[in-house]
Amino acid sequence: MARITASVYTSHVPAIGAAMDLGKTQEPYWQKVFSGYEFSRAWMKNHTPDVVFLVFNDHATAFSLEMIPTFAIGTAASYAPADEGWGPRPVPTVIGHPELASHIAQSVIQEDFDLTIVNKMDVDHGLTVPLSLMCGQPPKENFRWPCPVIPFAVNVVQYPVPSGRRCFALGQAIRRAVESFDQDLNVHIWGTGGMSHQLQGARAGLINAPWDNAFLDRLIADPQDLSQMPHIDYVREAGSEGIELVMWLIARGAMADVAGQGPAPRVAHRFYHVPASNTAVGHLILENRP
Amino acid sequence: MALSKPYTDVPGTIIFDAEQSRKGYHLNQFCMSLMKADNRARFKANERAYLDEWPMTEDQKAAVLARDLNRCMALGGNIYFLAKIGATDGLSFQQMAGSMTGMTEEEYRHMMISGGRSPEGNRYVGEDGDAQAHRQPQGSGARAATTPTQGA
Repeated sequence: MARITASVYTSHVPAIGAAMDLGKTQEPYWQKVFSGYEFSRAWMKNHTPDVVFLVFNDHATAFSLEMIPTFAIGTAASYAPADEGWGPRPVPTVIGHPELASHIAQSVIQEDFDLTIVNKMDVDHGLTVPLSLMCGQPPKENFRWPCPVIPFAVNVVQYPVPSGRRCFALGQAIRRAVESFDQDLNVHIWGTGGMSHQLQGARAGLINAPWDNAFLDRLIADPQDLSQMPHIDYVREAGSEGIELVMWLIARGAMADVAGQGPAPRVAHRFYHVPASNTAVGHLILENRP
Repeated sequence: MALSKPYTDVPGTIIFDAEQSRKGYHLNQFCMSLMKADNRARFKANERAYLDEWPMTEDQKAAVLARDLNRCMALGGNIYFLAKIGATDGLSFQQMAGSMTGMTEEEYRHMMISGGRSPEGNRYVGEDGDAQAHRQPQGSGARAATTPTQGA
């Protein structure tokens, strides 16, 4: 059977991707950001999963206002890095896992989560920046990501976005879906976006480090309680774009302890830094204990 | 029955909800069109003519021409869509976000390196934080607004 062994949480700031693509990672400004991922890249090499289930949001790239799915699962064989207006990022095509993705879609929809199924989608920085952070830039002679990826897009652009409670319950359903898949696969689930940031208006540039760190504490220790937090708290305390953090609750909901199948996960890595461009960077790796 | 909108009392912040999305549909879809290189070239060659191809309001067109992102947002724009205009102009997200505060690029960058904008006084309309309406514009924008410029 397939199983989820770990979850990863990280911001997905577009400027981080640009810094890598333009060779700026050794500049002091960016070095501080990337230093928090040195451990993570080694960890990825030693714990390469068979599949990453990657929760992210599209930023008016694949989804315009023509269609706004709340939850969209990618069941395609591959996904091209999108041109977001600056040209596509020079990163590998993302290879999907259509069999597991279709299985999860069917299972989760039967549990009353009305997913949109997507068979054609370009993926923007929301998905490719976390891959770059965790995997580094793949070498030219082996230009591919280390494993297949199932993209799972959440609407956090047009309000109302799904509640933390709904995201947390969805994560639990995804866990059950993965465990009912017959192939023996090691799956990681990633929640991306955040942490505090606001990109608009006179309040642009808002950062709330104490709130962010309390969010990390609660995500680790008491995600059930954290999932009850209303949207307005995210907006008021973490900025209008801080609402992306609801996506982290999907990944956390998929961990074993939430299902009563084990102790609290092991915190393999924790990192927090301000700023990357307009944003506070938060990052966690949680492992299910065997 | 009225919808629940608990987010209208956050200073300097417009939440992009269904109502804003409806108002801004054509403005945002115009922005989406700039993801194609051909459209970017046509827009840059004659912005007004390109905008006139879209059923946007005159206010929306004027706000785009003036690159007044705050006004664009008030008229239904969303920052992720408006970012396509910035990309067309060769601006980063940080430059775009900074432009909405009145600060120069340098001032805004410095604020971020210093830990960002504090939420203190900026949680509710009516407090005294730097994002409140009575304290706009910020940075050099404030000095420009209070210092009469000769011949202007």
